[in-house]
Amino acid sequence: MKLIKQTGLFLFIASFLLFLSILFLGSFQLTDEGFNQIVKSEHQEILAEGFSDIIGKEYNLSFGIVNDINAAIEAINNEFKTAQAWNQIIYDDYTASLVRVAAKGTVAENSILFFLLTLVLGSIGALMYIIPDSKLSGAAGIKNNGIFHKALNNRGWLGIMIGTFLITFYILLYFFPAYITNWIILVQPLQSLINPAATSSQWFLYGLLYTFAVLVMGIRMIIKYRHSNYQIIRTISVMFFQLSFAFLIPEILVRLNQPYFDFKNMWPLDYDFFDAWHIKMLTSSGGLGIFMFVWGITLFVIGVPALTYFFGKRWYCSWVCGCGGLAETAGDPFRQLSDKSLKAWKIERWLVHSVLVFALVMTIAVVYNFITGTHSILGLDTYTYLRKPYGFLIGSIFSGVVGTGFYPLMGNRVWCRFGCPLAAYLGIVQRFKSRFRITTNGGQCISCGNCSTYCEMGIDVRWYAQRGQNIVRSSCVGCGVCSAVCPRGVLNLENRDEKDRLNEPLLIGLQTEKEQ
Amino acid sequence: MKHIVILGNGIAGITAARHIRKKSDYKITVISGESEHFYSRTALMYIFMGHMKYEHTKPYEDWFWIKNRIELMKEWVSEIDFSKKQLQFESGQTLVYDQLILATGSVSNKFGWKGENLKGLQTLYSLQDLENMEENSKSVKRAVIVGGGLVGVEMAEMLHYKSIDVTYLIRENHFWGNVLQNEEANLIDHHLIHDHHIDLRHSTELEEILDDGKGHVAGVRTKSGEIIDCQFVGLTVGVSPNIQLVKNTALETERGILVDDFLKTNIPDVFAIGDCAQLRNPQPHRKPIEAVWYAGRMMGETVAKTISGNETAYRPGIWFNSAKFFDIEYQTYGQVPNENSAGLSSFYWESKNKKACIKIVFNEASKIVMGINTMGIRQRHEVWDEWLEKNRRLDYVIEHLGKANFDPELFKRYEPEIQQAYNYEFPEMPIKTSKKSFLHKVLNK
Repeated sequence: MKLIKQTGLFLFIASFLLFLSILFLGSFQLTDEGFNQIVKSEHQEILAEGFSDIIGKEYNLSFGIVNDINAAIEAINNEFKTAQAWNQIIYDDYTASLVRVAAKGTVAENSILFFLLTLVLGSIGALMYIIPDSKLSGAAGIKNNGIFHKALNNRGWLGIMIGTFLITFYILLYFFPAYITNWIILVQPLQSLINPAATSSQWFLYGLLYTFAVLVMGIRMIIKYRHSNYQIIRTISVMFFQLSFAFLIPEILVRLNQPYFDFKNMWPLDYDFFDAWHIKMLTSSGGLGIFMFVWGITLFVIGVPALTYFFGKRWYCSWVCGCGGLAETAGDPFRQLSDKSLKAWKIERWLVHSVLVFALVMTIAVVYNFITGTHSILGLDTYTYLRKPYGFLIGSIFSGVVGTGFYPLMGNRVWCRFGCPLAAYLGIVQRFKSRFRITTNGGQCISCGNCSTYCEMGIDVRWYAQRGQNIVRSSCVGCGVCSAVCPRGVLNLENRDEKDRLNEPLLIGLQTEKEQ
Repeated sequence: MKHIVILGNGIAGITAARHIRKKSDYKITVISGESEHFYSRTALMYIFMGHMKYEHTKPYEDWFWIKNRIELMKEWVSEIDFSKKQLQFESGQTLVYDQLILATGSVSNKFGWKGENLKGLQTLYSLQDLENMEENSKSVKRAVIVGGGLVGVEMAEMLHYKSIDVTYLIRENHFWGNVLQNEEANLIDHHLIHDHHIDLRHSTELEEILDDGKGHVAGVRTKSGEIIDCQFVGLTVGVSPNIQLVKNTALETERGILVDDFLKTNIPDVFAIGDCAQLRNPQPHRKPIEAVWYAGRMMGETVAKTISGNETAYRPGIWFNSAKFFDIEYQTYGQVPNENSAGLSSFYWESKNKKACIKIVFNEASKIVMGINTMGIRQRHEVWDEWLEKNRRLDYVIEHLGKANFDPELFKRYEPEIQQAYNYEFPEMPIKTSKKSFLHKVLNK
């Protein structure tokens, strides 16, 4: 068993290192054909001169060709700017596509092999490392042994390294995808399998890695909490929704010439749902497209209040949502790193509700634009002043770079807690109109602190438990881990009558309390 | 302004301080030599096992004490001058009080065994003990734990975490013999032995601790003469009130500091609460000394009322307690003696996998339920409190057992099995077994 575990770890590390080194393998050579295929005809002549040195040249690293292409396009654009020929400036992002067609050599030619050696072998290695724990870790039960003694889980060198890697990965993914062209090529075989007509993009790569992470780490989660049916079923739920709703179904829809659509994502997390291009895409895609549009609206208008009333926001955040899915699986080793201080709670409330307001304002502007057919509101260009900053600050930096990149540093729910506008909306419903609460059990709390420590949302659960008060908090995603780690059986997630939900603190114990 | 000084920053002292602050504007000073801030003593094991860091065991953030004007002093008290109402600290400083609350807690028992002061032997009560254990458990292959109670099993789990083999000596013929009845104790024994490979020795008493010649533990000898080699000995044979400081003073003590119904000692303006207090007239269903978290908390709350001007007698309600033995949680409500005395009978049910059981003790004649021990099934405190208060009969309790279930959603529910077992055992007073509809379950009605 131990041998399997160690072999697994070795395989995982080896495939991870190979995955990293792939970025430096192979070469890039842009041909005339490739250039003409990618660059729009109206730009071909303009760019021909600048590209004369690039075309045909063999680059060993993506950095070289990326930099040269960027420089060539920028040079032309600068000329236009000097000449004040604003309408001629090239805004198309050619770099990633050009680098993609220029790729050749080892990776491009052996993408299946490399795919197997990295992602598949890495997953197998990870599973070999994880699955023996079902025997090695002994009897089922809460196993947080050594969490704060480990470099991975306690912001040690390993945590910092993984954080650095994730942050770098997100920055490259969102802003410099051309540099990770080899990774994108790597997933082409799988992309072709799902949809032969499609070319893999950085988003397909991301979706695939994300799904692998949720599935592999989901198995880890199930093994770790194998004594708890709630955790097992919940984890299977997020694994299912990630694999089907978030990853496969949208890809299959595209293959069937339908709009790409994630049926479980919704506004305002899906912040461009009401963008004119999106509405047009859906409404012009026939019956299914219209259904998608109506479904998307129904989900947040009726689905959120109704389901949150009965079950709390957990029905979404820790059972369905993709961000939640990653947090509850890949992020589980880091849940103890969330800040429990009162100060953090204050920051959280300001921040998350500000993002909700931002999303709301942006959406109002966008819908106004769609209805009136304009591009600005109150004289301000909607794209420049709302959509672009939102997409950059919230959509990319907050949810991705910070939200996931900071898992090993600030815990696994940074985005859900501080940034997600949908979580804010669900939270408002949960706080004011829901049957959900975490019940504290009479007077049994011993203030040990396990609940607060392992609350990924940074709720100081103990504060409530030790004074005999139900926990009714807008941020609680109902993961159930506080209840699982409690050594005295004090906490329980319940949907009950609303009447006694916001109770006065009452610790059972003294006779006098009851008489008074 | 009246100055309330509280000696001890455990759950009793801190609860008193918090409640006095809520109800009054008095000056409050809390003194402890052990730690600067209140931390949860019950969580010591989790620090050792890396589940938490020390800071996580502090129930209140550090600003809380400043905001609530509760002054904290990290000092050891060397003497109390009751006539001058003055504390003398080891540092040489003194402090004058108007009213003093003694909440000094417990000390771990040692019964004068030969070798009980050797290096490598320790008890587990305080932060300092925890530090010692970090040190003492280094390069240990086998450890011996003496004393089958709550702290002993915690220590076993802690050593287990460090992959140290544990031999566990228990004087009684099953675990926690002075509290648990045979059947539920056997379930725990089984868990310790089969799931966690603890070398459990029943009916085994310690004779002496052996010296390796350099003042360090080398092994133990049992009363039957067996020698067990080990490099660590954990003594967990209970606790006693920590009254060293006041033993030969005007303060009346017995095993603990004697207090009346209002938690007042024999000296005016001096109170005692928590583990160190011994009630002169405990209620029939409670003991004079109850060294548990909950009693400390309730006494703290009660004394705060008295000090803030609302004279209140200490009236604990129905007994409850809980613990966790490795992976199995234990809860108890009401009176479950370790052996049924005359007139009492019990109903016992155990799951097939030996991970869950309930033991309900009732009055044979009236069938009124006296109390419950449960392992592996969480019970709702509120419901049991009410049932015991209202003298519910066994059939009523079993029929409504589902109402008392506090296990997380989607957990296997044992009530149907339990009810079936009950109907088989008590055909003379059968109950209806009701199955809940799926919708009822989902909505937790």
